[in-house]
Amino acid sequence: MSLIVKQEGVYQAAFRLLQQRTAGNNAAWFARLRESAMDRFEQLGFPSIKEEEWKYTNVAPISKVNFEPVVGSDKSEATLTADEVTRLGYVEAQASQLVFRNGVLHSDLGSLTGLPTGVVAIDLAKAIADEKYGELIREHLARSADYNANAFTALNTALSSSGAFVLIPKGISLESPLHFHFISDPVEPSAAAFPRVLIIGEENSRATIIESHASISEATYFTNAVVEIVLKDGARLEHYKIQRESADAFHIATTSADLGSNSRYNATTINFGAQLSRHDIAVKMANEGAECWVDGLYVVGGAQHTDTHSVIDHQQPHCTSHQLYKGILDGKSRAVFNGKIFVRHGAQKTDAMQTNKNLLLSNEARVDTKPQLEILADDVKCAHGAAVGQIGEDELFYLETRGIHHNLAKNLLTYGFAEEVIAKIKVDSIKAQLDEAVLNRINARLEA
Amino acid sequence: MSTAENLVSQEYKYGFVTDIESDTIPRGLSEETVRLISEKKNEPEWMLGFRLKAFRHWLTMTEPKHWPNLTYPEINYQDMIYYSAPKQKALKANLDEVDPELLKTFEKLGIPLQEQKQLAGVAVDAVFDSVSVATTYKEKLKKHGVIFCSFSEAIREYPDLVRKYLGTVVPTNDNFFAALNSAVFSDGSFCFIPKGVRCPMELSTYFRINNSESGQFERTLIVAEEGSYVSYLEGCTAPKFDKNQLHAAVVELVALDDAQIKYSTVQNWYAGDEEGRGGIYNFVTKRGKCAGHNSKISWTQVETGSAITWKYPSCILLGDNSIGEFYSVALTNHAQQADTGTKMIHLGKNTRSTIISKGIAAGKSNNSYRGLVKVMPKAENSRNYTQCDSMLIGSNSGANTFPYIEVMNNSSAVEHEASTSKISEEQLFYLQQRGISQEDAVSLIINGFCKDVFLQLPMEFAVEAQRLLGMKLEGSVG
Repeated sequence: MSLIVKQEGVYQAAFRLLQQRTAGNNAAWFARLRESAMDRFEQLGFPSIKEEEWKYTNVAPISKVNFEPVVGSDKSEATLTADEVTRLGYVEAQASQLVFRNGVLHSDLGSLTGLPTGVVAIDLAKAIADEKYGELIREHLARSADYNANAFTALNTALSSSGAFVLIPKGISLESPLHFHFISDPVEPSAAAFPRVLIIGEENSRATIIESHASISEATYFTNAVVEIVLKDGARLEHYKIQRESADAFHIATTSADLGSNSRYNATTINFGAQLSRHDIAVKMANEGAECWVDGLYVVGGAQHTDTHSVIDHQQPHCTSHQLYKGILDGKSRAVFNGKIFVRHGAQKTDAMQTNKNLLLSNEARVDTKPQLEILADDVKCAHGAAVGQIGEDELFYLETRGIHHNLAKNLLTYGFAEEVIAKIKVDSIKAQLDEAVLNRINARLEA
Repeated sequence: MSTAENLVSQEYKYGFVTDIESDTIPRGLSEETVRLISEKKNEPEWMLGFRLKAFRHWLTMTEPKHWPNLTYPEINYQDMIYYSAPKQKALKANLDEVDPELLKTFEKLGIPLQEQKQLAGVAVDAVFDSVSVATTYKEKLKKHGVIFCSFSEAIREYPDLVRKYLGTVVPTNDNFFAALNSAVFSDGSFCFIPKGVRCPMELSTYFRINNSESGQFERTLIVAEEGSYVSYLEGCTAPKFDKNQLHAAVVELVALDDAQIKYSTVQNWYAGDEEGRGGIYNFVTKRGKCAGHNSKISWTQVETGSAITWKYPSCILLGDNSIGEFYSVALTNHAQQADTGTKMIHLGKNTRSTIISKGIAAGKSNNSYRGLVKVMPKAENSRNYTQCDSMLIGSNSGANTFPYIEVMNNSSAVEHEASTSKISEEQLFYLQQRGISQEDAVSLIINGFCKDVFLQLPMEFAVEAQRLLGMKLEGSVG
């Protein structure tokens, strides 16, 4: 108990420091928003496994570590070099990347020369202070990512001091993907980062974004990220979230998207890293004709724990959602998948499809999956499926009769299992990176 | 108009009240009530101990209100009668001594208790309010060594057997409603199939609530010894009252090595009127334990009645190679709410389970499937297949699916599929242009939708279930 009190003290201290430091430079509404988010966090506390939403994921390890919240400016000696940024980056986005070090935007490390004119990609705190964007941000920030229900979203909202605001104006198409490049460089042990991103895609705009989380050290650190996306009518957004945190890291992320009429949001979430990761993704189909694809792949081993909670909320008629989540588990790892599809009253002609498939490579791995449907309209097409299994004996046998070694055959089948998600990715360097990562993991297993 | 949802539903035809003098205890629940019930039934000390233990535990528990997808007003447990028995001669050696009024009631329900009039091959235990009034074919069953009697009789006649198995599958502290039942249960059925015996006829219990103020708390215990087989049927009805009545039953099944138990239910408690006034609150705990190797427990249920259904017939697959099955049709109409499903707990090696659930929601009802498939680390090579389909009729109904899947080894395979659909205009049109009336077409489609489940029912029940479904839905589609 004392640990938790101490822990909350850390975040409260950081919060007070932040409020003092930013007093005057930020809009009053933002200070109030943070204040009420902090209040909410104090009320909620860290979730316990007694709560249905956290039944299978114990976040006690996070509440027990004395993290050092990085708020405002990241004052520690920057060891992050341009080479490392490039090494962890994607070639397609060399000229369109925002680089964050411990959650704080470092514009000197990134480049935005590849963006068309009119596209705004600046620090969130600066944007709030800018009268051009202040009102727009006020209208959308913390609207779709509700901090009342989720303690981690509340904590991020309370401590969000840096991050990014991106505005893609009407009709503009981004040629190259915009990369949100989050790099942990915990000089201080146990840094906690709270990056916040707000993306607004105006009418008929098009963009691809990459959100990557990586680290240049093997330290224990904590990332608590919130990305909010607002798509106006006819806008399109491809969103790749690549989580490759260090093996000891904690990664908690919230993605929430509000879709306008006939807009389209495609999200692909890849989870490789972190000892404990949790991703809450919520897509609100609040206007007719919206469409989304929410895919994901988690590949975990050792004692890793990964948890995905998704909510696809069909509020209006004629919306389509597709979901494909696949998982490969090895060692003593655990994976949790909880997918909710809501079809609200009156959301007729909804077409919702959800699939979660898990491949258990080890006898000690564990999967808890819960695909959920709540349907209040009758003229809809909804289906979900979940499967937990292992590599099929028949398939293995088939390959072996073709002279392929047992282990290699196993690898081929595992790779093929992951490929269903990877093959859909449209950014070549991500695809290449994932192919390599999946194969490396499998090969490492083969050698072991 | 292609989809009208306004034809009139057929009246609940079992809604009459039997005018019979009852022996009723005052309303309210306390340790005194528990003692009084035990005393009325002349129970031995150990049974009272069992009840009191359950009651004391119940006092520490809270009603599970937050997790089920159900809404209902607070239940006042003090404003209820926990024991009500039709007054009649002390013991009935044969049916001639059973109150003719009671016999008439069951006859009216289509359950003749006179053996000669019976459907051949079905033995019936009839439970009226709190007590069992008659059990048929007892003698014939006895010849085969099969014990089939009321629970009270079992406690008197076969205390060792009851003591050995009672509470071993559903412990007294299992959940709020099971604890309540363990404290105040009044009667029910007991059945015991000895080693190697294939029960020569279907066994069945028919439950009838008559008293408007009373709750019904019955308990069923079925034990199938090594290599035995039994098929058991359960039916229930209640009169129409404006008040809600509580039904909290517990069913325990134990299957030893190579034994098979097939348990079928057609639940047709009074469901309340169109506005949701009245109806039975059906909070039932049903669980089977496949304790032995190669044992099999199969649950089949057709849930059409009750204002609220809260029921999860489950299987604990303890013995290696044991099999659990759950086939369910849940139909809700008007303001009914159902939160039902199953739990399959795989503990033994090579255990297999199948779940087929069909939910139909019409009117402004709400129908939820809630299920758990848990494969423990030692349950190697286990398999589960789950399919839950929902059909929505009318735009004011709701269908939900809450499956929990937990897998803890890598030699097992679990599959879950769910879909939601409606009766398509094309299907209806196709049947109608073949000269089939709209009502019949709907009934055909629904029966086709439920076929996988109906196939599992014993013949008479399957016919009954199809008819019931057609009747219940009459007027909700058009």
